[in-house]
Amino acid sequence: MSTDTLPNPEKSPERSGSELIRLERVTKRFGDNTVLDNLDFAVDAGKHVTLIGPSGSGKTTILRLLMTLLKPDEGTITVDGQKLFPASEKERREVRKQIGMVFQQFNLFPNMTVLRNITEAPVTVLGLSKDEAVERARELLDMVGLGDKCDAHPAQLSGGQQQRVAIARALAMRPKVLLLDEVTSALDPELVAGVLDLLRDIARSTDITMLCVTHEMNFARDISDQVLMFDSGRVIEAGPPEKIFSEPEHDRTREFLSAVL
Amino acid sequence: MNWDWSAVSDFMPHFWDGLLVTLQILVLGSAVSFALGLVWALLMRVPSRWVTWPIGVVTEFVRNTPLLVQLFFLFYVLPEWNITFSALTTGVVAIGLHYSTYTMQVYRAGIEAVPVGQWEAATALNLPLRRTWTAVILPQAIRRVVPALGNYVISMLKDTPLLMAITVLEMLGEARLFSQQNFQFTEPLTVIGVAFIIISYLASLALRALERRLVH
Repeated sequence: MSTDTLPNPEKSPERSGSELIRLERVTKRFGDNTVLDNLDFAVDAGKHVTLIGPSGSGKTTILRLLMTLLKPDEGTITVDGQKLFPASEKERREVRKQIGMVFQQFNLFPNMTVLRNITEAPVTVLGLSKDEAVERARELLDMVGLGDKCDAHPAQLSGGQQQRVAIARALAMRPKVLLLDEVTSALDPELVAGVLDLLRDIARSTDITMLCVTHEMNFARDISDQVLMFDSGRVIEAGPPEKIFSEPEHDRTREFLSAVL
Repeated sequence: MNWDWSAVSDFMPHFWDGLLVTLQILVLGSAVSFALGLVWALLMRVPSRWVTWPIGVVTEFVRNTPLLVQLFFLFYVLPEWNITFSALTTGVVAIGLHYSTYTMQVYRAGIEAVPVGQWEAATALNLPLRRTWTAVILPQAIRRVVPALGNYVISMLKDTPLLMAITVLEMLGEARLFSQQNFQFTEPLTVIGVAFIIISYLASLALRALERRLVH
């Protein structure tokens, strides 16, 4: 992978250090259902954190809060020292520049070509010239193995290809944080491995902080610095993948892992 | 009943004049209804009752009162407030306004049909709201509603003779004038009837071709 496309890991050999994301006493309810319950957690810069747990346990809600697609009912969320909640919409726009997201359903813009999907935001949001944006997009498309699909429309691509474009589109904004929301759940089984391999490459060769919700436990074990086990809106267990997957302390974690592994 | 071909040929010069006016009404009226309907649909999404309530009331009122009454109102009442347009302009405004209250509902449905994931992707890329609308939401919404908008164009075509009531000489106006002067009703009315069918048919063909192109 070309290292000038993305932040270089060599520049931060520790791949950690300062705290990048902090959630404090975050509560989110949908009606009577408390999805996140007084949640605290922090992620250091450059870390790869995987959120696991049964569905409905609040994992995806955290990603959606960080992307400001949802608002917390209580609590504060800070990214790189700047408030995301509570904050004005203008402040949120600034913070959001550092965050990218890849969705379960890809959410490419079907009315645009692959190339334009990737160049649209760098041009209109970051102010890149069209040539710069196209150059950046072509490098990223080469990286995800779709250099020949610039002029295709999303509908002409397979699910796996669409998801690679979506990853390239998120990376084109050069985010510090990449949120991955069950990015392989909507893919046909034979297309999953390719997307996961790509994400492994990105995790290895960049210093992007990754927050990942996934049901692919092998993938989680490979890329994670830390695994958080969620249940009923709380983190019930956290630790490095070797520990969580091999000798989990909590009964719920054991039950969950024996069900999915 | 006798069919007189010479009456047909006598009527034809008037017919062409009327056809031109009918097509003008149709094209300009459609343009007004497409543009104004989009404006209504977008304003109805402004998160303030001070905007949506008056627009809701006005468009509901226009949609549920007869076009003929609206034509008379604009043509005879506005001049009393010193607002005067030509009969044709008044007619285009009235028919465009009337149909905009239908096209706004078409646009609304089209906008609501754009998956929420598109809005979320736009937020994730930090696109400004205006850009989200112009580059992402509207291109997808409008593509979806072209068939429905086209049906209103054909519907509007059949309402153009109402403009005769405010002295616009479109096809029916020309036919009536010719009939009254020559006491020959069958030929001019038949000619314009056939013309309406042909225009509708051509419009629906054009519409289907456009739909096919939009679906890729």
